[in-house]
Amino acid sequence: MSEPSTAPESAAPAHAEPIVNRLSIQVATVNGSGSQTANNTLLRSIFQMGIPVSGKNLFPSNIAGLPTWFTIRANADGYTARRPEIDILVCMNPQTAKEDVAGVPAGASVIYEDSLKLEGSRDDLDFYGVPFNKMVRDICPVVALRRLVVNMIYVGVVAELIGIDTGEIEKALQKAFAKKPKALDMNVDAVKAGLTWARENITKRPRFRVERMDKTAGKVLVDGNMAAAIGALFAGVTVASWYPITPSSSLTESLIDLAAVHRVDPDTGKMNVAIVQAEDELAAIGMVIGASWAGARSMTATSGPGISLMSEFIGLSYYAEVPAVIFNVQRTGPSTGLPTRTMQGDTLFCAYNSHGDTRHPCLYPANIEEAYQFAQDAFDAAERFQTTVFVMSDLDLGMNLWMAEPFEYPEGDIDRGKVLDEQGLAELEDWGRYKDVDGDGIPYRTLPGTPGGKGSFFTRGSGHDEYARYTEDGDKYAENVDRLRRKIQGSADYLPQPLLDAPGSPVGLIAYGTSDDAMREARDQLRNEEGIETDYLRIRAFPLAASVREFVESHERVYVIDQNRDGQMKMLIGLEFPEIAGQITSLRHYTGMPLDARTVSDAVVAHEKASAAKESN
Amino acid sequence: MAAAPKTNHIGLTVKEYKGGVSTLCKGCGHDVITNTIISAFYEMGVEPHMVAKLSGIGCSSKTPAYFLNQAWGFNSVHGRMPSVATGAALANRKLVNIGVSGDGDTASIGIGQFVHLLRRNVPLIYIVENNGVYGLTKGQFSATADEGSKLKNGTVNDLPAIDLCTMAIELGCGFVARSFSADRKQLLQILKAAIAFNGTCMLDVLSPCVTFNNHAGSTKSYDWGRDHQGPVHEVGFVPHWQDEEADFEGSERVEVKLPDGGHVWVKPLENTDHDPRDKASALKLLAEDYQNEHEFFTGLMYVNPDRASVQEDLDLSPDPLSHMPIEKLRPSREALDDIVESLR
Repeated sequence: MSEPSTAPESAAPAHAEPIVNRLSIQVATVNGSGSQTANNTLLRSIFQMGIPVSGKNLFPSNIAGLPTWFTIRANADGYTARRPEIDILVCMNPQTAKEDVAGVPAGASVIYEDSLKLEGSRDDLDFYGVPFNKMVRDICPVVALRRLVVNMIYVGVVAELIGIDTGEIEKALQKAFAKKPKALDMNVDAVKAGLTWARENITKRPRFRVERMDKTAGKVLVDGNMAAAIGALFAGVTVASWYPITPSSSLTESLIDLAAVHRVDPDTGKMNVAIVQAEDELAAIGMVIGASWAGARSMTATSGPGISLMSEFIGLSYYAEVPAVIFNVQRTGPSTGLPTRTMQGDTLFCAYNSHGDTRHPCLYPANIEEAYQFAQDAFDAAERFQTTVFVMSDLDLGMNLWMAEPFEYPEGDIDRGKVLDEQGLAELEDWGRYKDVDGDGIPYRTLPGTPGGKGSFFTRGSGHDEYARYTEDGDKYAENVDRLRRKIQGSADYLPQPLLDAPGSPVGLIAYGTSDDAMREARDQLRNEEGIETDYLRIRAFPLAASVREFVESHERVYVIDQNRDGQMKMLIGLEFPEIAGQITSLRHYTGMPLDARTVSDAVVAHEKASAAKESN
Repeated sequence: MAAAPKTNHIGLTVKEYKGGVSTLCKGCGHDVITNTIISAFYEMGVEPHMVAKLSGIGCSSKTPAYFLNQAWGFNSVHGRMPSVATGAALANRKLVNIGVSGDGDTASIGIGQFVHLLRRNVPLIYIVENNGVYGLTKGQFSATADEGSKLKNGTVNDLPAIDLCTMAIELGCGFVARSFSADRKQLLQILKAAIAFNGTCMLDVLSPCVTFNNHAGSTKSYDWGRDHQGPVHEVGFVPHWQDEEADFEGSERVEVKLPDGGHVWVKPLENTDHDPRDKASALKLLAEDYQNEHEFFTGLMYVNPDRASVQEDLDLSPDPLSHMPIEKLRPSREALDDIVESLR
């Protein structure tokens, strides 16, 4: 596949000393060819060997037939962000083979179906032609299954070439085929055939190797959509409504699977959660709002086009003050865009979503632990502030496999916010649904069905006074929306605070969400290669904390890293803190691929050099 | 000394079912429906605080503010009341849900949600206050306006009307009725039966717009309705606490037992033999009505109390999800350990 031009990580000539536990494997296949199990087997085996690892699936918006690439990065230092340079390329797709080979740096190894005759197309690579098609015929008598089984042969070849422990491969296969023992045997045979072939036919080994280490003990390997679903489950979600859309579908589908096991009431055998596939995103968010209004903890999961459709209801949620949790697993827009590529494209759109003056709390999870934790935080915040809260995930986090610490059991109570029951109402002399009793802008709400005759009120998206009565009075309108602004602004202290790592450099970096994975590596590159020390602030929520402004003010040069064309977080900081808008520089990455460290470090170096040149002039 | 005010069987007066003062035009059909809703909920002895009254946008959608002040109201967004009602019904299955919509809200902008509400069978009394025009935006045709009918300014509607009753029956709705706001007696019986039903009840009620569609040439005016209304039967309702009256042996009445134990009955009138349990008969009747511009059939078109509601389909707990404590919802520490182990 073609990449924006980037320098190879290592300029060392081929056949130099071995490189251990620092490599990227890319498997190029055809969508629908069943390679996912094979690729996960490779990934898991390396993970089980204790080597930090990540898996990124680059797939087309298609069910079968178009090219797809799976990239595994193993890295002893724990760098798991995408790295564009490929060290081991497995060419299983004749359509893209030539281009794939052209894209790898010198010194890489290419494993390919023998009949593609790639040997000699470049003289700076190691070529390993494997008779995959012939071998699979011998192993698999069922013609229809060969397409699938052939993938396991490359698992065997790669394992032998780079030194993956065969015991770990068998363990990974047993996990993958736990429910299909028949398929297990055939797949084990295919892996063994690959191993044997490589052992007997390959004399020159690649310089890239894996060796057992101890950096993954206790960790899990999971995608962010599953992590978010687990978070929602433990947060006590009771109603979920959704409309299928890539890349968010697996979030709710994971929740459905989890609920089938963990939400069956032990006393009644009935379900303690309602999950409904809606007719569209309008209905999905409508159900969420209706359910929250009636007292459920409710959520939906969608992506950009879904948010566009939900926008009218999101304004209602804001103005009528009804909680809603929306997981936005972002993909590349605008419009249908690149549905299977990642982007932080909705940063601005979600912060101020819907017509009129609005603003919505947004959480920006950067990793699996935060996908799990922020799912829980979002329900608490939505009920505390009686409004829509977005969890701004993206395709990279949602659908790719990430390493993570095991999830911690949530301690303590959930926050259901200011809800008055019959007794609470009886103690009050005068209750108004939208009265600011505590001075924090957050009113007290009641739930339908509360007895006592005091709690009923009329919810509406039209103008209303403190008692929820219809009004077109301009002063009352202004008073109300001022309170709303105060209320949402107050959430900045409640939501996750920015994380700061500041060794004391005049250069400040600001990033958010999944960019974080590349940031540690980029900062190490800057320090080790260029001697540029950096301070780093990671924004985790909107409304922005005051510490964001302080960070900008206390640094000479500040770079904001965005995964979108327009530098939306940079714009957001400028909108929220106009007094510092001129002091920040936007660095942007927007190819639809997950951010890589080199893109960041190269850009920072270029800007730093330019600013040094300017000063010396 | 004044006599004690009359109360219903749960001891409440009709006053406790009233709402705010209507801001609709004097003579609006919607106000008659509002008053009939008040009577029906009063006579059925529904606890007002257990009622969720919902609407979309439009003149009709303002009316939930005019009945049951002690209920919880939700005036949502245009055409989207069905999804909000669905969410509320999922959250708390003990609520009695009534939604008021109009022909614009239902048959145009909201037809997608309307269709799927019916498919899901959400327990909800869904009333379409049907007047063939957009009142709040001053009199444009809606999708239920009859072909050939005229606006006040003489514009002729050249598009076919959507028949909401036919649509509802075809989509599996188990309680489909058509009525006329000028026939309060019939509407009251239908509403009471709807309260006793468990599932979506679709009530298409001709409710003339006195300001924008009550002229000659309109087929949604009071005069047109009075001239053309043909009740297909007399409709009656016997509540469950008057069960002894529900003995229809030997009478001409067709009676259907509803989930709460009440009975709805119909007594054929001259020249009609429609059995509301017969789907084919209902569709035939509506098709004839649609083809005949001189007829406007009203009554209980179709009833089938056997279909599972959305909560039954989802196998939901009998207790409202809205009030479930976190101890019941959050899986155990061991469950999390199992999940984590499966990801290693």
